[in-house]
Amino acid sequence: MQDIHSTIDAVWRIESAKLIASLARIVRDVGLAEELAQDALVIALEQWPRDGVPSNPAAWLMATAKHRAIDRVRRDVNLDRKVKELGRDLEIDDVMNDDPFALSVDGDINDNLLRLIFICCHPVLSTDARVALTLRMLGGLTTAEIARAFLTQEPAIAQRIVRAKRALSAARAPFEQPEAADREARLTSVLDVIYLIYNEGYTATAGDDLARPALCNEALRLGRILAGLVPHDSETHGLLALMEIQSSRLQARTTPAGEPVPLLEQNRALWDHLQIRRGLVALARAEAQGKGLGPYALQASIAACHGRARTAEATDWPRIVALYDALATLTGSPIVELNRVVAVSMARGPAIALPLLDALADAPALKRYHHLPSVRGDLLARLGRHAEARAEFERAAALTGNAQERALLLRRAAASAG
Amino acid sequence: MKVLVMVKATATYPPSDPESKIEAAEMDDFNDELVKAGVRLAAHGLHNNSKCVRVNFDGKRKTFVDGPFAETKELVAGFWIWEVKSMAEAVEWIKRSPFSKGEVELRQIHGPDDFA
Repeated sequence: MQDIHSTIDAVWRIESAKLIASLARIVRDVGLAEELAQDALVIALEQWPRDGVPSNPAAWLMATAKHRAIDRVRRDVNLDRKVKELGRDLEIDDVMNDDPFALSVDGDINDNLLRLIFICCHPVLSTDARVALTLRMLGGLTTAEIARAFLTQEPAIAQRIVRAKRALSAARAPFEQPEAADREARLTSVLDVIYLIYNEGYTATAGDDLARPALCNEALRLGRILAGLVPHDSETHGLLALMEIQSSRLQARTTPAGEPVPLLEQNRALWDHLQIRRGLVALARAEAQGKGLGPYALQASIAACHGRARTAEATDWPRIVALYDALATLTGSPIVELNRVVAVSMARGPAIALPLLDALADAPALKRYHHLPSVRGDLLARLGRHAEARAEFERAAALTGNAQERALLLRRAAASAG
Repeated sequence: MKVLVMVKATATYPPSDPESKIEAAEMDDFNDELVKAGVRLAAHGLHNNSKCVRVNFDGKRKTFVDGPFAETKELVAGFWIWEVKSMAEAVEWIKRSPFSKGEVELRQIHGPDDFA
């Protein structure tokens, strides 16, 4: 049987975001809402081991948190004033006589969850703060779990969250969805936060703490929730598709010893085809919105070209080149241009790609980017210019900060010498 | 982590009695909750075992036996694949399912990305 603490942990995982979102709607302060929810959790930790888990734990937590809210209002004169200032009709009797789920009809829950997502990714917050707050409030992760995932100390994360809450209070960020004019930009910043969380997990190597790859699942879960909340946003489906397809390769992209395996050399039988299929479905939803594809949906389309190919040889490189063309036009990113050159080399050969690559060499963003010499080395090796290739791989090895990647590049350098 | 949730044929879903409409709606609601929470990756019901084939391997010998089979206790009638943080979360979810009788079995799927 599961022990009581893992049960409480699981209930928290499932309920905390909805709980905080509903409370924030009542007290109009997301920091306070989170404290109230935490208070309810502490009471659960005291009572449930003694009295057993209530039959409807969600309703229990909500009722308990509301009691705490009222205690706080009574005790805390400042809060009382604040509530009055805000002109809130926090009628104590009303709140208490509520069915705990009176506020929880579906539309309201969705609405409140979206508000919570937007406020956690509010522009007054630094990116780090957005990430920490999102994982805490929407993922229900503890500060210890967040700290482990980001390889920092728990007090640092706790501080970051406290400051973020203060910043939101100071900015009087309303617990509302953004105005129509802002909405798209705000939604993009939510997507960026989710993808940042994803990449933090994805770039971790197998040797790292397993909490880091778990961030990929956390980001996927947030993406799936968001896709349900804004079903007509093409880019949300696009990001979800991108993450699903990338995740399908988690088992194949490193050897058991933790060495990276390049995409084209991966054992495709190790890919998670359920996840690829989910990615393709999400991508189809992105396309079905009929507004043209944004950067996430385009990246997902590229990932999908790989996902659909049964073998590396079957990859549709001309289509990938076309997708990179569109992505480069949209983003103007030199890193996208670099990836486009790789696709060109696969579609039309290294001799055509090399001058395109050399045209990028002066882009400031690529100056210290190890992929540039690494791609150049690869093109040269394929052209039989091994001595030059070796020098490029060595240059790339000197630029990368990742030990596994450096080892791979040095192996390629050595192979070019032979 | 991913969890395979096997619904045994003994579990009273889909229910056979004609007043089962309410339960069907409850199961739809439960599935909706799973999807909205980002938990449900796949959900499939299986045909009854009259369309089942069993293959037994014994060295080089393979024996094929067509269904139906009499015993139902261990038969799987359907399955979900869920993405959860822990087995406890999966257990918490199954508590919220509308099943009222029978057995459901939860098995963790091997993966590179489990919380330690």
